[in-house]
Amino acid sequence: MTAIIALSLFGIGNLFLGFWFPRKVLQILTLLFLAVGIGLTAMDWNHELLWFGNMFRTTNTSINFSLIIQLAAFLVVALSRGFGADDEHTHPAEYYAILLFSVVGAILMVSFDHMIMLFVGLEILSVAMYVLTGSDKRNLKSNEAALKYFLMGAFATGILLFGITLVYGATRSFYVSNLANIIATTAPESMPSFLYIGVLLMVVGLLFKVSAAPFHFWTPDVYEGAPTIFTMFMSTVVKTAGFAALYHILSGVFGGIYSTWVLTIYFISMLTLIIGNVTAAYQVSVKRMLAYSSISHAGYMLITVSAKQISSTSTILYYSLSYTLATVAAFAVLIIVSEYQTGRKEKPEDYSSFEGLAKNNPGLAFCFTISLLSLAGIPLTAGFWGKFFIFSDSFNRNIIYPVILAILMSAVGIYYYFKGIIVMYFKDGGIEKIEIPALFKIALWFCTIGTLALGVYPNLVKSLF
Amino acid sequence: MNLVFILFFPLLIGAYLLIAKPKQAFIISLSATIIEAVATGFVLYKLNESLLPITFTQDWIPEVGIQFSLKADGISGILIGLCALLLPFIIGSTAKTEKANHAQYQGLMLMMQSAMMGAFLAKDAFLFYFFFEASLLPIYFLASKFGGENKSAITFKFLIYTIFGSLFLFIGLIFVYLRTPGATHSADIETLYLTARNLSAESQGFLFMAFFIAFAIKMPIFPFHTWQPDAYTTSPSQGTMLLSGIMLKMGTYGVIRLIIPMFPLGIGIWGNTAIVLSIIGVIYGSIIAIQQKDAKRLLAYSSFAHVGLISAGMLTQSFEGIQGALYQMLSHGINVIGLFFVIEIIERRTKSRELAQLGGITQSSYVLTVCFIILSLGSVALPLTNGFIGEFILLKSIFDYSMIFGVVAGITIILGAVYTLRLIQKTMFGNVSRITTEFSKLTLEEKMVLIPLSIFVLLGGIFPNAILHFSEESVSQITQLLK
Repeated sequence: MTAIIALSLFGIGNLFLGFWFPRKVLQILTLLFLAVGIGLTAMDWNHELLWFGNMFRTTNTSINFSLIIQLAAFLVVALSRGFGADDEHTHPAEYYAILLFSVVGAILMVSFDHMIMLFVGLEILSVAMYVLTGSDKRNLKSNEAALKYFLMGAFATGILLFGITLVYGATRSFYVSNLANIIATTAPESMPSFLYIGVLLMVVGLLFKVSAAPFHFWTPDVYEGAPTIFTMFMSTVVKTAGFAALYHILSGVFGGIYSTWVLTIYFISMLTLIIGNVTAAYQVSVKRMLAYSSISHAGYMLITVSAKQISSTSTILYYSLSYTLATVAAFAVLIIVSEYQTGRKEKPEDYSSFEGLAKNNPGLAFCFTISLLSLAGIPLTAGFWGKFFIFSDSFNRNIIYPVILAILMSAVGIYYYFKGIIVMYFKDGGIEKIEIPALFKIALWFCTIGTLALGVYPNLVKSLF
Repeated sequence: MNLVFILFFPLLIGAYLLIAKPKQAFIISLSATIIEAVATGFVLYKLNESLLPITFTQDWIPEVGIQFSLKADGISGILIGLCALLLPFIIGSTAKTEKANHAQYQGLMLMMQSAMMGAFLAKDAFLFYFFFEASLLPIYFLASKFGGENKSAITFKFLIYTIFGSLFLFIGLIFVYLRTPGATHSADIETLYLTARNLSAESQGFLFMAFFIAFAIKMPIFPFHTWQPDAYTTSPSQGTMLLSGIMLKMGTYGVIRLIIPMFPLGIGIWGNTAIVLSIIGVIYGSIIAIQQKDAKRLLAYSSFAHVGLISAGMLTQSFEGIQGALYQMLSHGINVIGLFFVIEIIERRTKSRELAQLGGITQSSYVLTVCFIILSLGSVALPLTNGFIGEFILLKSIFDYSMIFGVVAGITIILGAVYTLRLIQKTMFGNVSRITTEFSKLTLEEKMVLIPLSIFVLLGGIFPNAILHFSEESVSQITQLLK
């Protein structure tokens, strides 16, 4: 809990530090702040506490999610290279500050014990993301993406809020633990029917944030338009926080009326899997492919999120972590390659800019390969075990058809992920040796080695969760 | 610990070769595979002495009951023996070519060996699956990087096809695993046997299909074979040797290790269908092989036909069928590697594999002809060659199972003779063609590979008992389960 206070203060501090310090120093300071945040979060381990008038609860699960979120933010900051070349048009201090604020929002979203806290967390996170999406202000696409994201996101938050209101109307409580009790003890007939509408609206609001189909239409455009570093942030931090909140709501609060929403979630997860994977297979831009791939991963996670089992918590955590590591690495390589190809190729983010990358940059190609293999769920990588835990968890609850579909779709996934590997290794292109800053290299290899280590020995973190 | 060593040693050396890219890659990888062969020989010797399986167990993911457990018994023993025996020859076949000191090429082959060893040794079903899938990556890179014409598309098809099949295996394994007793479940293969056998006939039928599709694609069995001729033809020779010599045995091994003991009722429902498909593959593969113009493609189809017979034999679930299948896996591995190497030698010298353009090689290279004929006769299953023992036992088991199946599958001997003799005749005998006039003699390195392989063919045909006896115990344990 102290972490969110600290991070908010650091964020404000960052704004002032921007007057005196150049970008490089700010980056190091922000990393330091996040490291402090991670430390403070970890200190709460095994202390179940309530804060802010019982609106905020730290449990081991929420701590795990907060740690994953802060780790992702840490990696994103380490991989940020000044958000564009010159400090004049970009404002590093502001961006780092906004990033810290959004992390605070994400932590609120994973630790709420009161519906308003969820809403506040979601808003802090979202508003920060709208700003960051439009941060490349001379780029038309970035502006368009920000506006699109803002309009759609505002709608989704409104829907969520409406849902919260209806649920409150039906149960006269905002507190998660109370709500669960009331729903579990009241007979379904005596429940006002608008409770169910409220549940549905809340779920829709959150599904929008995790970009599940059919609420995914903003994702490809926003992911493509935003500066890649923030796309990386969006697809890891926002997604993890969204799923944690969704899981908390569905299993923790509305677990009592499981049968009313479970079919909806199945249907949405299947739709998400199909749309995400099949559309990703048609993309020519790596960035858009990764956007659709993030939609498809939302589909896999949704299957598990609908769980009523303890073991699903660790499955979701494991999957979030493996997905975060792989996605960060994939976007990091994309940043490097597209920066190199800007000016050389017409569309620097296409598959074709990766042609022949392996020849002079074997390290980069290796990192990209491992991250794609992990996303595709091939053994030796963390993604394989992520998929394994999801499939075995779902099978355990007799969820058969979504899992079979998920398996078919992972075969489609192999197709588009391997396209990236093929262009790097088996096509010719004139990419010379690309110079990479040391910090960037460390963060990139951290993700790669983490992915491999979790792939060979998943117990490394599985036993923690 | 020996098992751990033979599992990880090639991986370590392979990783070293890939990362450090030493200049002397050939020597390093050749000596690594020889050390590996010696170590494996030592394990097999101990195994043969005590006839008790050697095991190694270590917790891997205790929360979900998955262990890192290895076991070498008679069945695994034959396959790790095959894998360890053939790799030095496969590596040796690159000698003095531009691939010899290509560190990446050698490193990938060693990694491949590690993955295959792992699949043959795994005692935990998920460990098996892990290696089963992991073995695809090195061969994929090997074939797409160093392959021939249109390699990218063809190997990609191979990759997607195989992974798609394995996913069915994956889902089936999870299904059975979740029904094992205990809070954390267990993926130990022997626990899975007990659990799976108690399932209803209906679920066993579905599971049989899920498992069989995965293995049938790997072997391949008709009609899942469409990736195979292209992949064998475009891969570099060593890739083809790995694919046909060892990797397809992962499919047949999977049938013996998993399907037969796990789903007796499932085989009851689908067994005949699977045998019919295998036999169709035997006949269909042979007929297409007769009409091939490209020597490598001809061998690809012949391999497809042979593996169909292996599959049909073991699916009869009889003691002879499984024994014959194991023996034939071993002989087929040796023969096919030798044959592919002969084609590679011809191609190195003439730059062609077209049967119409070749001929008369016997006039310039006598040793090559002799070795080629011995290896081919092994493939035709002539008495005194290793192929005879395997095919004879297999056909006997099929005859015992069903007269009609036996008669139809028996045609393979005639058809096999037709295409193999045609291959010999078109390449070795006949008139010298324009490109074979200056056919240089075999180098020492080439002889070092071909002659021992030919000797193995004869040894296997004359002294089959040592090997048949070696696997007897483990096979009877499996057939005992079926009673």
